[in-house]
Order: sequence, then structure tokens, then C-alpha cells
Amino acid sequence: MHPPKRTPGNPAPKTLSDPKPVQIVLIGLTFLFFTGFIFLPLSLVFSQAFQKGWEFYLECIREPYAVEAVKLTLLTVSVVVPLNAFFGLAAAWAITKFNFRGKAALKTLLDLPFAVSPVVAGLIFVLLVGSRTPFGSWLGEHGIKIIFSTPGIIIATLFVTFPFVARELIPLMEAQGRDEEEAALTLGAKGWQIFAKITLPNIKWGLLYGMILCSARSIGEFGAVSVVSGHIRGQTNTIPLHVEILYSEYNFTASFAVASLLVFLALITIVLKSAMEHQFKKTA
Amino acid sequence: MAFFQRKRRNILPGFGLSMGYTVFYLSAIVIVPLSMVFINTIPMGWEPFFSAVTTPRVLASYRVSFSTALFAAVFDAVAGLLTAWVLVRYRFPGKQFLDALVDLPFALPTAVAGICFATLYSPVGWLGKSLTSWGLTIINTPTGIIIALIFIGFPFVVRTIQPVLEELEPEIEEAAHCLGATRLQTFSKILLPHLFPALLTGATLAFARGIGEYGSVIFIAGNLPMKTEIAPLMIMSKLDQFDYNGASAVALVLLLISFSMLLLLNAVQEWQQKEYR
Repeated sequence: MHPPKRTPGNPAPKTLSDPKPVQIVLIGLTFLFFTGFIFLPLSLVFSQAFQKGWEFYLECIREPYAVEAVKLTLLTVSVVVPLNAFFGLAAAWAITKFNFRGKAALKTLLDLPFAVSPVVAGLIFVLLVGSRTPFGSWLGEHGIKIIFSTPGIIIATLFVTFPFVARELIPLMEAQGRDEEEAALTLGAKGWQIFAKITLPNIKWGLLYGMILCSARSIGEFGAVSVVSGHIRGQTNTIPLHVEILYSEYNFTASFAVASLLVFLALITIVLKSAMEHQFKKTA
Repeated sequence: MAFFQRKRRNILPGFGLSMGYTVFYLSAIVIVPLSMVFINTIPMGWEPFFSAVTTPRVLASYRVSFSTALFAAVFDAVAGLLTAWVLVRYRFPGKQFLDALVDLPFALPTAVAGICFATLYSPVGWLGKSLTSWGLTIINTPTGIIIALIFIGFPFVVRTIQPVLEELEPEIEEAAHCLGATRLQTFSKILLPHLFPALLTGATLAFARGIGEYGSVIFIAGNLPMKTEIAPLMIMSKLDQFDYNGASAVALVLLLISFSMLLLLNAVQEWQQKEYR
């Protein structure tokens, strides 16, 4: 599950508005809430990260284990996002361009991973391919290790971010209908031509939007990855897991220094997200 | 594939390929792995299953997860309605900035949120220091869990209410005004009933997310057995002891709860569409 997309809407009605004092109180309360739940945590990260100075900060994020964690996270994202984006395109094409029985059921199934707790998401892969299961021990005999190693982290992240792209594309392609593609077909275009020249240009922003959300979640996933990773430093530690290890060793400054990298990424995600919502507004 | 049979006028190419890949990928990544919870639990038999999911410690963890997620969802409903109202209706400096930051809980990795709140509310933290001097402890209590879950669930409520509020016709408020209603009456008698389905949807999403949440909670919760141990953590500790059956039994209960939440949500949304279209 993730929050529904913000739709930019009409300006506030001019005729009726709340009295100024009421407005001031409500705006003040909102800022108070944001201070406690958004601004304070954000400033805390940076104040803790730079507590021992700029030098120490750089040392923390350049430390070999931190670098390995960043590499593993980047590897995970670079595998997960294209796979789920490709799936999203296939699922959206099948669901929006054709009529078939069971469409509603299929759409519900696509959303399933949103309803599953991250810890359960990790658990199911331990139950499927863990070394104590029949399938897992068979794989082990052939020298393939999934749980407590990189493939496990990638699979668990695939599950958690499974619906992101499909979920953005399906409503978009439903709204656009099939007329343009059918017209291209009658003019003699081949299947892949229709897709590359008609469909893809129409959905590129939605696709990119879904991929951004998918990347953000892949970078930050903690619960599911924590179950399947085994927390081996320098080997199966992603950035969030590295933050946790440093924190539980009371190495707070280092922990927040590494966490500040994730905060930067989160802020970049938000900026991209708002920029793209403006783009939607323009094209709409 | 007989289930997904084509009917009437499908002239575009690629149905077999795209549907085949969709079903294959869905099965490989979601359906087969999820079914492992059932496959592992069914051979246990009813008695061992029932006793595994009803030990006092497990029951306490459900209670903690449920009550904290519920409190957080209610708080989020109020804070989310307030924020959506202010963002849609008023003009003030920094509005766009606030609007973008609503998504922070969604974009920020949960572990980072977790260590932030644990540090803020620790007895020497920015907020914890003064709260401790007033005799209030947040850390290692259910209140701490609620604070983390409020953060996590907040964007769900705002982003469900915002579009409904934006689409609201100003005419109905003007009509109420002409008929002599005060602002407060208009809000409670006209606007609130109209926004209620969206509010309920948003709060349910926040609640469902709160029950399963792990990363942001474990740092501030202290994870004391019977007091601040959440249900996902029970699965984690059973896994650490290689009690795979116990872990999947607890997971099955959590899964059934989340699936019923999903169904409930669909019902609420259908009702919403019927009521106000």
C-alpha cells in the first residue's frame, strides 16, 4: 500500500472562506504537527550526523563496510526496478488493452504485496528457499545460496515493490483507452511499433513516476530484507541494515551519518515526485 | 489459462505474451511464496496451530499491535483532515513545501524514522529531556510505538482526503450559507459527512499499514515481552529460534487480518462510489 497520488485541483473557492483567526489557528496547528513529526526528525538526523564534525562524517560514509552497503543497495535497485517496471508494462498492457474474465480478481492480486507486513514478506522466502526447506537444501547441494545472501535480498525487495509500477500504469492506460493503438493497427503497424511509437510516449511520465516510487522503496526496505539478509557486514548489509547495526552498537554519530545519505535520497524522491505531479497537471 | 478467456473484440496483438508473462511473474514472486505460509501451517494440525498463536506472549503482541495501530490511525485521521483542509483551502507561505513534505514518511526508509524517534524521545533527546522532567516516558512504552505509527500512516490519510476536498463543489457550501447555516454547522452537517468515506479509507490504510509495520517501531518500542512487543517482532524472534512453524502460524494470523482489511477497504470504497457519484 502507498498513499494515493495527489491530484492537483481547483483553487480554494473565493466566495466562502473561514474567518482569518480560524485560518491562523488551523495553519498554526498544522505547522505544529509538522514540526514534531517532520521537521524535528529531519533536523535531528543532520545535527547528529555532523556532531563530531565534517571530517568524521566523511570518515563514516567512506568506511569500507558503509561503501559495501551502498554498493549492495545500488545493485539491488538496479535489478529490482527494471524487472518490476517490465512486469508493470506487461500487466498494464494485458489488463487495459483486452477484455477477459477475472480482470478484477487479477487487479486485486497485483495489490497483495501492499497488504503484507514486511516481516511476513521476508518470512515467506525463508520458508520457500531457506536452507532448512527441501527446495532450499536441493539448491544448496548445487551450490546456490539464496537466503542470507544477495539473491535473497533481491527477491524479497522484488516482492515488496512488486505493485508500484503496475499500479501507476493501469489507471493511466485505462483512461487513455485503446483507440490510438487500434487506429495504428488498421494503418498496418506491427505490435512492437504500436507499443514503441504510440503507447510508450503516452505513458512515459507515469512509468517514470512508478519507477521512482519503486526505487525509493527498494533503497529503504528494512523489515523484509532484515529477515533474509543474515546481517553479514560487508556482504549482505544494505544501507538501512547498516544504519541499524551501527545504532545498536551505540555508534550513533556513524549511524546518523549513514542515515543522512538515505534522507538525501528521500528528499530527492520527494522533489522528483512533486516535479512530476506538476508535469501531470500540465498534460492533463 | 482457461480462466482468463478472451471475450469480444480484442484486436490488439500481444495478449498471450503479456498475460502469460503477468501470470508467470505474479505466481513466481507473489502467489507461490505467499502460499508457503499456508503450506507450512496446514500440516501442523488445528491444535498445535491454535496453541502456537494463543500463547500469552503472542496474544499480548497482537493486542499491542492492534491498539497502537488503532490509536495512531485515529490520530492520523484528525491530523490528516486538518492538514488536507489547510492545504486545499488556505493560502499561506510555505504551502507547497508542506504539501511536498507530506510524502516524507513514505519516502524515508522506516529504519531512519525509527532511529530518529528513538533518539528524539530518549531521556537525553530533544523532546525526551523535557518530557522526562515532567515525569513522562515515551521510549519503551506503547506511546512510543503510537508516535512512530502516526508518522508512518500520516500520508495515507492526507492523500486520500485531498482529492475529494479539491473536487467538492463550492455551491453546496454556498447553499448552506444562504439557508442560514453557520460555518461550523456547514462543516459538521455538510462537509464532514461528504468527506467521511475518504477519511475512513485513509484511516483504514494507515491502520493496516500500522499492524504490519516493523522498521520504524522496533527502535522506540524497547521490545519488552508482554508490553511493547509487536506481532511482526514475534515472527522475527520465532525465526531466530528456527521455530519455522511457529513463525508461519503467527504470520498466517497476520495475513488473514490484512486480507480482511483489504476486503473491508474495497467495501468502503464501493460504498463511497455509490454514495457520492
